[in-house]
Amino acid sequence: MAPTLLKVEGLTKRFGDRVAVAGCSLTIAEGEIVVIIGPSGCGKTTFLRCINRLEAPTAGSVVLRDEPIGGQMRDGRWRPFTESELASQRRRIGFVFQRFNLFPTLTAEGNLKLAESVHGGGDNKKGDPERRREVLRMLQLEDKMHHKPLELSGGEQQRVALARAVVTRPALVLADEPTGNLDSENSAIVLNMFQEMNYRFNQTIVMITHNPEAAAMCRRIIQMRDGQIVAPAPRVQI
Amino acid sequence: MTLDWSIIREAIPLLAQGVVATVKISVLAIVFGTVAGFLLGLGSFSGLPPIRWFVRGYVDFVRGTPLLVQVFLVYFALPVVGINLSEFWAGVVALSFNAAGFIAEIVRANIEAIDRGQTEAARSIGMTPRQVLVFVLLPQIFRPVLPPLTNELITLVKGSSLLSVISVYELTRAGQAIISVHFVPFEIYALIALYYYVLISALAWLSRALERRLHVA
Repeated sequence: MAPTLLKVEGLTKRFGDRVAVAGCSLTIAEGEIVVIIGPSGCGKTTFLRCINRLEAPTAGSVVLRDEPIGGQMRDGRWRPFTESELASQRRRIGFVFQRFNLFPTLTAEGNLKLAESVHGGGDNKKGDPERRREVLRMLQLEDKMHHKPLELSGGEQQRVALARAVVTRPALVLADEPTGNLDSENSAIVLNMFQEMNYRFNQTIVMITHNPEAAAMCRRIIQMRDGQIVAPAPRVQI
Repeated sequence: MTLDWSIIREAIPLLAQGVVATVKISVLAIVFGTVAGFLLGLGSFSGLPPIRWFVRGYVDFVRGTPLLVQVFLVYFALPVVGINLSEFWAGVVALSFNAAGFIAEIVRANIEAIDRGQTEAARSIGMTPRQVLVFVLLPQIFRPVLPPLTNELITLVKGSSLLSVISVYELTRAGQAIISVHFVPFEIYALIALYYYVLISALAWLSRALERRLHVA
């Protein structure tokens, strides 16, 4: 049995009167690929964003390798982390957005270098060229590394976004519908990359998807409805 | 209508001396005002409320009072608190002070206009709020900020004419001196207008060239 990487307990997020995520709990082991499915608006994205604190949860806890995310108990009281402390924790969690969100003033390689530089606390401005090349090769982007995002197709942009999220080898990769805006060829490249990362580096991945091929590649599928994890979904539903 | 060409010939080199002063004042105020404006604009995103309140108050004061009053305040009020500046430097400070307020608003508005996904992507790779601002958001506003910044700098050059009221010998003041001797306001003001037009056209051309360069980059 692989050790636990991520433990989410009673995670709740409210926006005013509306409950987006209602007391979700989940445990994920090292090296798992977990897919979250569910209808639009059921709270999947909010759940994922609460894990790396892009959204602050209203209640509940997230623990990554025995370290609470977002704050800690001190003298019997919960002390939330500052933005700088949170930033340091987020360096251990890669995030892939559906809308790519690449930095437009930087080249593909520049986007990766910036992530590496931040990950190294600013002391790693050049990053690891070998690892960068390897990631770009896995995503078939070697000839695009000097292109800026606007010079790339949507599929290429998403592959660069994925490269940026994994180049620092984070403990956990969260992906919010990473193939949602891609054609089948680019989807396949992205999904292959996830599988290769998982196979070669035991990379743990949590992915939201509506893509049956993406869901089919993982061993564990979780279904959400109305802000709650309702059940592990049987494969036949996909 | 007849023009007094002899006066015009005599005035051209005299006004040119005023142009030199106007250019000096404008360049200094553009540099100081732009640097201060960017710092204030970034300050409006500070995590420290007192800094945000200071920037808000500064911008509101600059926008809520006429430039002429600000010039008088700097020239007459600063000596009261023990800061004595020459007319030239009082003018530079007043124009920089004014421009910084407007440029701060330009910077703030342009940063706020950037897609929220950029900030989220930067946070997701572990950037601190300051790193997000400096390494991700700031580089993205350089091009969109240029047209409104150019407008502001043009206003600053035109506003330098107000420094004639505190006896700075800039272009307008030089013209007024010639008029007081020769009583030919039309010819001299027409020449002054021509000088300002050339100066501002050069500034606008520089801005467009820089914009094209940034667009290519």
